[in-house]
Amino acid sequence: MNEALAIPEAHSGAKRAVDLIARATRAEISALWKDGEGPPLASLLRGPETGLVMVQGRIGGGGAPFNMGEVTVSRCSVRLASGTIGHAQALGTDREKARLGAIAHALWQEGTSRERVEQVLLAPVEARLADEHQRKSEETAATRVDFFTMVRGED
Amino acid sequence: MYVAVKGGETAIANAHRLLADKRRGDRSLPAISSEQVIEQLTLAVDRVMAEASLYDRALAALAFRQARGDMIEAIFLLRAYRTTLPRFGTSLPIDTGHMLIERRVSATYKDLPGGQLLGPTFDYTHRLLDPSLLEDGPVEEGERRTEACEPAMRVSDILAGEGLIEGDGTLQEDEGGGDLTREPMEFPMSRDLRLQALARGDEGFLLALGYSTQRGYGRNHPFTGEIRIGEVEIELYVPELGFAVSLGDIRVTECQMVTQFKGSSKVPPQFTRGYGLVFGQSERKAMSMSLVDRALRAREFGEDILAPAQDEEFVLSHCDNVQATGFVEHLKLPHYVDFQAELDLVRRMRGEYEASRPGTQIPQTKEAAE
Amino acid sequence: MAVAADSLTGGFAQPVYDSQAVFRLMMDGMARPGTVKTVATDVGAPAPLGLAAGAIALALCDHDTPVWLTAALQKSAVPGWVSFHSGATITREKAEARFAFIEAGTALPSFGLFASGTQEYPDRSATLVIEVAALDDGKALTLSGPGIAATRGMRVKGLPDGFTGQWTMNRALFPRGVDVVLTAGDRFLCLPRTVLITLAEG
Repeated sequence: MNEALAIPEAHSGAKRAVDLIARATRAEISALWKDGEGPPLASLLRGPETGLVMVQGRIGGGGAPFNMGEVTVSRCSVRLASGTIGHAQALGTDREKARLGAIAHALWQEGTSRERVEQVLLAPVEARLADEHQRKSEETAATRVDFFTMVRGED
Repeated sequence: MYVAVKGGETAIANAHRLLADKRRGDRSLPAISSEQVIEQLTLAVDRVMAEASLYDRALAALAFRQARGDMIEAIFLLRAYRTTLPRFGTSLPIDTGHMLIERRVSATYKDLPGGQLLGPTFDYTHRLLDPSLLEDGPVEEGERRTEACEPAMRVSDILAGEGLIEGDGTLQEDEGGGDLTREPMEFPMSRDLRLQALARGDEGFLLALGYSTQRGYGRNHPFTGEIRIGEVEIELYVPELGFAVSLGDIRVTECQMVTQFKGSSKVPPQFTRGYGLVFGQSERKAMSMSLVDRALRAREFGEDILAPAQDEEFVLSHCDNVQATGFVEHLKLPHYVDFQAELDLVRRMRGEYEASRPGTQIPQTKEAAE
Repeated sequence: MAVAADSLTGGFAQPVYDSQAVFRLMMDGMARPGTVKTVATDVGAPAPLGLAAGAIALALCDHDTPVWLTAALQKSAVPGWVSFHSGATITREKAEARFAFIEAGTALPSFGLFASGTQEYPDRSATLVIEVAALDDGKALTLSGPGIAATRGMRVKGLPDGFTGQWTMNRALFPRGVDVVLTAGDRFLCLPRTVLITLAEG
């Protein structure tokens, strides 16, 4: 099964791939395959399906957990013809994105296709997210109040 | 009493057809899209998500359109939809300390680490209608500032250093996480469940209750320690992978309300805190929630429970607008038999009343319901 | 630790229709205690979980129903399979469980350790799914109670020792108590807490 996941040092790398696939758009994932070619055959182990995840907050920001409400999540687990299993889960109701994401996750675990997934999917998504993060931070920073004190003549 | 009555199918079908017609409105205007609602009526979408207790912008926008802009109807639609979905699990608790901040203000400290970040606020606008919005003219993008910002530490952590403010409540890690969508409400309710109820509660109801505490009904002298709005990551432990994965980001609003507390037999004088956490951008709701959260902690601090906002059964039984609208609106459904029985009863009582007063004239007025 | 691959296979081919079909069998079985039902769709349940027991797990268990498993099942691919396909969490606490699965030939845990509900909420109780050798052979028992016109006979081969004694104590708790499903391969029968079990004469 998932050889990559069995290697401890690959753990954070595996998380990075799964997390980036969750944030990728369906179009970004589809870029892995040429037009008309489509993704490789994959059997569905579970899903694609949409359900709910209860989001927890913490009392006071850092205390005991409480349930603040739910989010929609779509997920899918697939197995490629080679036997490699892929999983994907992301916010929203796009089940096709979950299916394609699971295939992308399986391909990422295979030595022959990992490089392609890295270059065509993960790297561009990572760059887009970094851009968006920077833009938001900078826009917010522009609204920071720079206080200046008026000198009051009392003496 | 309810009795099944047949008939009216054609009237109902035609009413729904008319509803669809009115929803579409003037056909010479383009139909509004969900994307437009999400982008341009964002705060309406946020409110629907918060009170439906379901974060999904696309579905909330659809519900808002389907409900013709009726918030509570849209919330009802989204609540109904969520009951059709299975529960996959529970997220790791979100970390609002690591938020991608879009707005952060404090009314208690002027110069706090990270600064006062106004973000996209209505504050300081003059509340004058802007006719320029009638034209679809160009709109400038947000200004950017590239110099590095220091991290925005929590205001509660600043005061905590002096020991003058309470910590994050007394509930232990394993005591939280009760779910009122799964177990029926029982009073007294623990704070985790109260916060869940308030987070999905009606903004108007909580606003009124929060306001009532300021006007003296359970006064607790609040200061806005901090409001922060921004995006947080949702993480879910996935057993088949063996680690917690990130599902994406959601926008939340958090409010820390700091309240003076003179102490009691149980607790020394200190600052206490009310907490608000809401889906989307909604600081009015988060502030109201934190005021009501603090008011509902009266018992915990040994305070007298005198005001409506301190009465948890009153607040939590009535803050859910879907529940409230269901019970209020059911009054318009046929109660023909019910009312017939009441009518007979009142007629009989009237007869007995008149009979017991010999010599008085029986009124000739005809009863309206006949 | 990631779940092993053999836990990820199987499941209902058509989750909605298949789970409805199994639910319907369960409902009929509970309404007519002791009637033997046969599950038609294979769910690829990992050994030693039987087909019927696996189908019942997928149809009835979900995120809100903690599942208790015997030590042997706990060591197999069953916990991963049940949680992957149904979303249920596996608990080691019998009192927390809403469903319990017991494979054939295992000593029967005491019914009293499982949730039997409260007087106000007798439904907050566990359902025990117990695998036996056969449901058409072996010891003859007579059932009576709601859902049975007069009496109904059943045969069970490999009923765990002490079952009938525990059942008598369970029945005394009414309206509280656990419900039992006996499974054998693709077949099962239901024993709701209301049913009276006696040894058939002769």
